[in-house]
Amino acid sequence: MAGLAKAALAGDVRAAAQLMRDLDDRQPGALQELRELYPATGRAYVLGVTGNPGTGKSTVVDWLIERYRRQGQRVGVVAIDPTSPFSGGAILGDRIRMQRHSTDDGVFIRSLATRGHLGGLSRSTHDVVTVLDAMGNDVVIIETVGVGQDEVEVVAAAHTSIVITVPGLGDEVQAIKAGILEIADILVVNKAERDGADRTVRDLQGMLELRPREAPTVEVLRTVATRGEGIDELCAAIERHHAGVGAAQAAARRRQRAFAEVRDALRERLLEAAAAAAGPGGLEAIAAEVAARRTDPYSAAERLLAALRGTDPPRGAGGC
Amino acid sequence: MPERKIRILIAKPGLDGHDRGVKIVARALADAGHEVVYTGLHQTPDMIASAAVQESVDAVGLSILSGAHLTLFPAIIEALRSRGAGDVPVFGGGIIPDEDMEALRAAGVAAVFKPGTTTTDIIKWVEANVRPR
Repeated sequence: MAGLAKAALAGDVRAAAQLMRDLDDRQPGALQELRELYPATGRAYVLGVTGNPGTGKSTVVDWLIERYRRQGQRVGVVAIDPTSPFSGGAILGDRIRMQRHSTDDGVFIRSLATRGHLGGLSRSTHDVVTVLDAMGNDVVIIETVGVGQDEVEVVAAAHTSIVITVPGLGDEVQAIKAGILEIADILVVNKAERDGADRTVRDLQGMLELRPREAPTVEVLRTVATRGEGIDELCAAIERHHAGVGAAQAAARRRQRAFAEVRDALRERLLEAAAAAAGPGGLEAIAAEVAARRTDPYSAAERLLAALRGTDPPRGAGGC
Repeated sequence: MPERKIRILIAKPGLDGHDRGVKIVARALADAGHEVVYTGLHQTPDMIASAAVQESVDAVGLSILSGAHLTLFPAIIEALRSRGAGDVPVFGGGIIPDEDMEALRAAGVAAVFKPGTTTTDIIKWVEANVRPR
């Protein structure tokens, strides 16, 4: 559909929503619309919120929306839930915790399903953030799917990443193992009224002390999001992180974000091109050959790359 | 490779708090491979319409067990219209007497599922009548 980008820029909410849909469904023409929006973006402050399932991410996001709205800032939210690998369907339920903002015209909430994408985001997350940014939202909050140890992609998408945990999820070793803790700019222990909250905070702080001396400061905060407790402190910590990120670091993050966008776009295009170059039967036919052990995955990939280049695959290892 | 999914908003308007049935329907639609945006209990017509627009859904499914269906269905269809989304089909289910069916159809409700409807019937109807926008 033509003209969605222009309409979205002019404040047409339906057009913006339809464009998000077209991007998520990879409809022809959607990327051209996105290109038109891109120059109008880069102004929103992007917050990432991640953590295990059931730690209260949506409830914390609900409060962050409330605080930003109080300051008169416009807020966009991308809330991601998993697609079932078995049925291909999804239940997107993050809006339930954010209901009180649903008729506020200064808040736009969009639910996305991962649709097979790993890493905590969905394939179209970057694109939907771009649309929310272009719509003039001052803040965009990305709530990742709650898988636990792997949703590290959000770092590249956000200016500030908040990792939420709760008491009693496991001991110190568990905390170290979870790679998500390395991505946190701010750590939040939610449901802090529960037993073991002090221990969890101590464990996290202990872990942070093991990092190299020059590692950036990571604050550990407590919240009871269902009662709105600790939210002011969280907002202050976000501000401090925002202010503390030097120009050089901010530029590095911008490049990191751009890199992730380029990589995702390239990956998708390459896969499409390879599927087109694979000949009759497409990638499925080649996968069947691998499954039958007639070839191996690496040789199959080499063959596809060669088909893309229009050359024969390399013979032998080359060199000595 | 465009991969289109049907996206459906499932909501419970009004004051009744019985969400067991609506959750079963939401689950069944997801298990059938569709994307379901579930917004939970106690939704006002305007909340439902706003969510339907922001989520660009292909249909809105409602569960009404309170007896207020003759008020709520038309109010939600009107709320969708006033947000420029009058083309989004609305269907629903609940405890709805036969004599009210005609009035609901006249108000623009695309389908009404009565108690005893199987989830298979609902999925069949959705797949026959709802297209990705």
